[in-house]
Amino acid sequence: MMFVPGNNPAMMQDAFIYGPDSIMLDLEDSVTMAEKDTARLLVHHALKTIDYGNTEMVVRINPLNTPYGKKDIEAVVKAGVHVIRMPKTETAEEVVEVEREIERVERELGCVGRTQIMAAIESTLGVVNAYAIATASKRMMGIALGAEDYSANLKTQRSPEGMELLLARQTIVVAARAAGIDALDTVYSNLNDMDTFRKEVELIKQLGFDGKSIINPRQIEVVNEVFAPKEKEIQKSLTILAAIKEAEQRGSGVIAVNGKMVDRPVVIRAQRTIDLAIASGIINKEDI
Amino acid sequence: MEIKNAIAGTLESGDILIQIAPASESGLHIDLESTVAYQFGAQIKKVITETLTSLGVDTAEVKATDKGALDCTIRARVTAAAVRATGKDVWAD
Repeated sequence: MMFVPGNNPAMMQDAFIYGPDSIMLDLEDSVTMAEKDTARLLVHHALKTIDYGNTEMVVRINPLNTPYGKKDIEAVVKAGVHVIRMPKTETAEEVVEVEREIERVERELGCVGRTQIMAAIESTLGVVNAYAIATASKRMMGIALGAEDYSANLKTQRSPEGMELLLARQTIVVAARAAGIDALDTVYSNLNDMDTFRKEVELIKQLGFDGKSIINPRQIEVVNEVFAPKEKEIQKSLTILAAIKEAEQRGSGVIAVNGKMVDRPVVIRAQRTIDLAIASGIINKEDI
Repeated sequence: MEIKNAIAGTLESGDILIQIAPASESGLHIDLESTVAYQFGAQIKKVITETLTSLGVDTAEVKATDKGALDCTIRARVTAAAVRATGKDVWAD
């Protein structure tokens, strides 16, 4: 998910060229209070006009307890945004309130249920309430860690190893998995240290995250390299899925591949590997 | 519709700066400065006129300094300037 300031027309029109899986146009922290009105209009018209292809379009709105939140929701829902990202989410009630506003606009348009919600968790209270937030609405498609505010709230600062974020990261992944939605990791802001960035991406993949927020197109390649399954994994997964399919046709419940029993978790992992391979463009769905 | 001086946009590449002021004579008086005026001047003026008219602004002095903005950016910047000039927002409160 690539962050793009909502007050920069050139970046908004070029962002999809770099091929991120999703683009998050930002109306919150990257926009000054004096420019909230113009950024909202830029994002609204960009979403309505620019063809972003298959890229998932996300807009980070301002909180509802500011004078901007409700107008942001109206502007982006009317423009057909896929996902609204809530900043600094601390309770399930905040999600319900945003959902209510989305639904009000969708009723006007006659498209109730179209817009999904993602919540950024950026405080200790948010981490404590992660599962309640993740399950607060059927529109919830993901939760994300916002590490800068979280670290400040924790009264510490970010380190290259990220030890201070471990509990929050694991809590968010566990809550997302339990709720059946996606978990997305925080941004890494030092563009001159790509080695530490790569280590961080490797760590969050190992923890179970579905993806990483990025702030620059230069970071896309590293994320894709780390998340894309390797050739050997893909071949093994294809073999497992083919064997399962064949077993199902024979009416057999248990199978073995290369002498090892294949049970449900193995099949789920194999399917995820193939889904990632398709998403990474390594194999085509039609070729399976 | 009564308007006051207002401004929206920037001079960065891909953007457009719109300045709106009250006009002494009726109608929209658009002064466009653009590096692509020869190719797209008529289209840019058309988008500015359509946007202002749809917002009920039919008399104003408009100074537009274009830096290669797309139509959607022009619409957004003109709407923002008009909202600031009239005090009438396009979103519900």
